[in-house]
Amino acid sequence: MSVITIERKVLEKNDEIAHQNRALLARHGILALNMVSSPGAGKTSILERMLERIKEHVPIAVIEGDVQTDLDARRVARYGVPAVQIVTRGGCHLEANLVRDALAGLALAGIKILIIENVGNLVCPSNYDLGEAFKVVVASTTEGDDKPMKYPAMFRNASVLIINKIDLLPYVASDIDALQSNALAINPALTVFRTSCTTGEGISAWCDWLLAKAGVRG
Amino acid sequence: MHELSIATNIAEIVERHIPAEPVVPVLRVAVRVGRLAGVVPDSLEFCFRAVTAGTRLDGAALDIESVPVTLMCGACGRTSVIDDIAFACPACASTGVVLQTGTELQVTEVEIADAPSGEHA
Repeated sequence: MSVITIERKVLEKNDEIAHQNRALLARHGILALNMVSSPGAGKTSILERMLERIKEHVPIAVIEGDVQTDLDARRVARYGVPAVQIVTRGGCHLEANLVRDALAGLALAGIKILIIENVGNLVCPSNYDLGEAFKVVVASTTEGDDKPMKYPAMFRNASVLIINKIDLLPYVASDIDALQSNALAINPALTVFRTSCTTGEGISAWCDWLLAKAGVRG
Repeated sequence: MHELSIATNIAEIVERHIPAEPVVPVLRVAVRVGRLAGVVPDSLEFCFRAVTAGTRLDGAALDIESVPVTLMCGACGRTSVIDDIAFACPACASTGVVLQTGTELQVTEVEIADAPSGEHA
C-alpha cells in the first residue's frame, strides 16, 4: 500500500477555464456579471428592465442558463441584443466550459457588458467561477428575509445584492430591512439595490451604478 | 446536485495523479471540504460510488475531512471558529473579519494497493 499526496483543488479544471474566459473578456474590455438567485426571484425580469433602460447607451450581450428550454434567450432577444442560451439538461448550475462555448457563439467585438444569467439555484453556482467580474445575487421579498442565513456562501461570494419585488412588500411577511441586514452580516461589502420590475422602482439606480462600473455614461 | 460534478472532478484528479502502471486498485481517497463549500457529504459519497463504479477507484473509501469556518478579526486580532454563519468576530463583534478556513474543496491524498507480488519489483 502506498500513499500519494495530491493537494489539488477539486474544481481546478473549472477555475482554469474561468481564468481563460476572464482573459478573453478583458481583451475585449467587457464587464461580465454572473446573476444568481433562487428560481423565480426575478433575474430575467430585472434583465428585461435593464435592457429597456441601457441597451441604447451600451452594447450588451446576454448568456442565459437554464435546465431546459430557450424561453429566456427568446425573451431577451426581443430586445434586440445578442443572446445565447445554454441548456444544462439537468445540470443545476453553469460551469466555466459551458460559458466558454457560449462566448464562442457571440460576436464580442464592441460589447461592453455581458450578463450571464445562471441557473436558478442558491447553492451550487457559488462554487463555480465562470470568469465574471463579479456576482449579483437577487433575493425577492416573497422568499422571506432569512435567505442569506440559509445560503451564506452565495451572499458571501456576491458583490451586489438586488432585493426584488419590493412592490409586494405590503402583501408578504418579509421585513426588507431584516433581509438587508442579514445579508450584510454575511457580507458587509455588498452593494445593495431595491427594485420592482412591475413599477420600475430602483432599476435606474442599479443601471446607473452598473454603467459607471463599465465606464459608460447613462 | 452539483455533487455529481464534484465527484467526477475528484475521480479525474485521482486518475491523473496515480501511476498508470501497475494497474492496482485505489483503496482510499481523502478530500477536504469546508463548511461553506456547499457540499453535502452523503450526496458526495453517493455520487462518488456512482462515477467510480467499474474503475480503479471502485470500492475506494472516501474520507471527507470537514473544515469549520474560522475568521480572523482585523480589529482584535483573534481567530475564532464560528458555528452560526455570521461574519462578525465573536469576541469583539467587528465585521472587519477575514475568512481563514471554510471554503476548501480539495483532494488531499490517495492510497493505492501494492502491485501483486512477482509482477513488479
